Amino acid sequence: MAFSLNSGFLYLVAGVVILFVLAQSSFFLRRALLQARKIGMDRRVIGSTIRSSAVFTVAPALAILLGVLSLSKFLGLPLPWLRLSILGALTYELTAAASAASSFGIAVTDPVNDPAAFTAIVWVMTLGIIPGTILIPLFLKKIQKGLVTLKNRDQVWGEHLMTALFLGMISAFSGMVFSKVTTGLQGWIPVFVLLFSALVMGLCGLAIKRGRAKWLTDYALPVSILSGMAFSVFITRVIG
Amino acid sequence: MNDLKTYNDQVHIYGRIWMLTAFVLMILVPTAIGLRYSSWPSLTVVLKGLLGVAPIFWTVAVIEILTFTPMLGTGGSYLGFVTGNLTNLKVPCALYAMENAGVSQGTMEGELVSTMAIAVSSLVTTLIIALGVFLMVPLTPLLNSEALKPAFDNILPALFGGLMVVYVGRNWKIALVPFVVMIILFISIEALAHAVSLMVPVGAALAIAAARILYRKGFLGGEK
Repeated sequence: MAFSLNSGFLYLVAGVVILFVLAQSSFFLRRALLQARKIGMDRRVIGSTIRSSAVFTVAPALAILLGVLSLSKFLGLPLPWLRLSILGALTYELTAAASAASSFGIAVTDPVNDPAAFTAIVWVMTLGIIPGTILIPLFLKKIQKGLVTLKNRDQVWGEHLMTALFLGMISAFSGMVFSKVTTGLQGWIPVFVLLFSALVMGLCGLAIKRGRAKWLTDYALPVSILSGMAFSVFITRVIG
Repeated sequence: MNDLKTYNDQVHIYGRIWMLTAFVLMILVPTAIGLRYSSWPSLTVVLKGLLGVAPIFWTVAVIEILTFTPMLGTGGSYLGFVTGNLTNLKVPCALYAMENAGVSQGTMEGELVSTMAIAVSSLVTTLIIALGVFLMVPLTPLLNSEALKPAFDNILPALFGGLMVVYVGRNWKIALVPFVVMIILFISIEALAHAVSLMVPVGAALAIAAARILYRKGFLGGEK
């Protein structure tokens, strides 16, 4: 069988995996909606959750699509499409692919023409990301049991602990934004973008509270992300 | 609370089935490609490639499970850890949805809102990528344009800038120490930017320690 990075067979394999992801997401959504109805959850909260999550997803999903595009020069379209629709992220996929390709002396700039190299890359990408799918079924219940015990011991502290966990994650990613500031004014661009996005979010908060623009609640974060992205284009032109 | 336990027990059952099916499916992908093209790379080659990523990524996987599962809840974890893109999409999406709904994780409402947010986000992402793949030819010049490059390069600062306001504004006392330490660390050691996932537990440990001290001293309210 002649090998091609964009063969119908590879599209078929990608299609099966993508259908699985769609099926699992739909199944979990349906179960959550049924349970929400059962406990009499406010319909407005459900509607708002679905709307805001869908709108919020658009910009990051476009960035993922860009990842598919950048990997496609090296791996064709179906494999990056498959890999970025299931467990993983661009930073991981590129590193894994590059690590496997180096065993064959292939650079990530040229298309892979050797089926053996391609298969090795797929194996490394798969095995490198797979522990989550084993560890979650094994340990999730135990982790949650520990959390419940902790929360039951002191409810208020349990709440603060969860908040601290969120803030720890946000602090790491916000800190990362400062990593290039010593390289000069250009290194400050991500910081300016972070601050601009924060400013827009703050203004949205004011509009919601003081201006009674309640409808904005669902869209405040997407608006701040898109404003930050638009600002990055402007600021890069000014100082880039 | 008992309702939540019963519901979560059910989610654990079907969550495990879905996740183990995902595991089998993921293994079947390289197997099917190998069969189709009769190409079986040697174990040494695969191990060599794996050695370049596994030590870091397997550690990151453990860290992500420990830090993200309490935020995502039961359904959200089973789904998020199959559909991926956690830090840049699913976790912020779930946090934002719970904040907007005024619910917290560990309650039935929090569990359901988080699951709905991650499910909707996964569906929308999959559909956008699929649409993008079919429209790749007309979209390529746009996505690759030099003018738009800074926008995609800066998506994480744009995302965390907004999220920062939501959380830090309300909890600035807990946020102060981890934020200051993280900023100093990342400025001092630029290379840490490539290992941000490894810094998440460091930030979380700092935030938890700060919160514990503030709580004990009575600065957070509700202390014993």
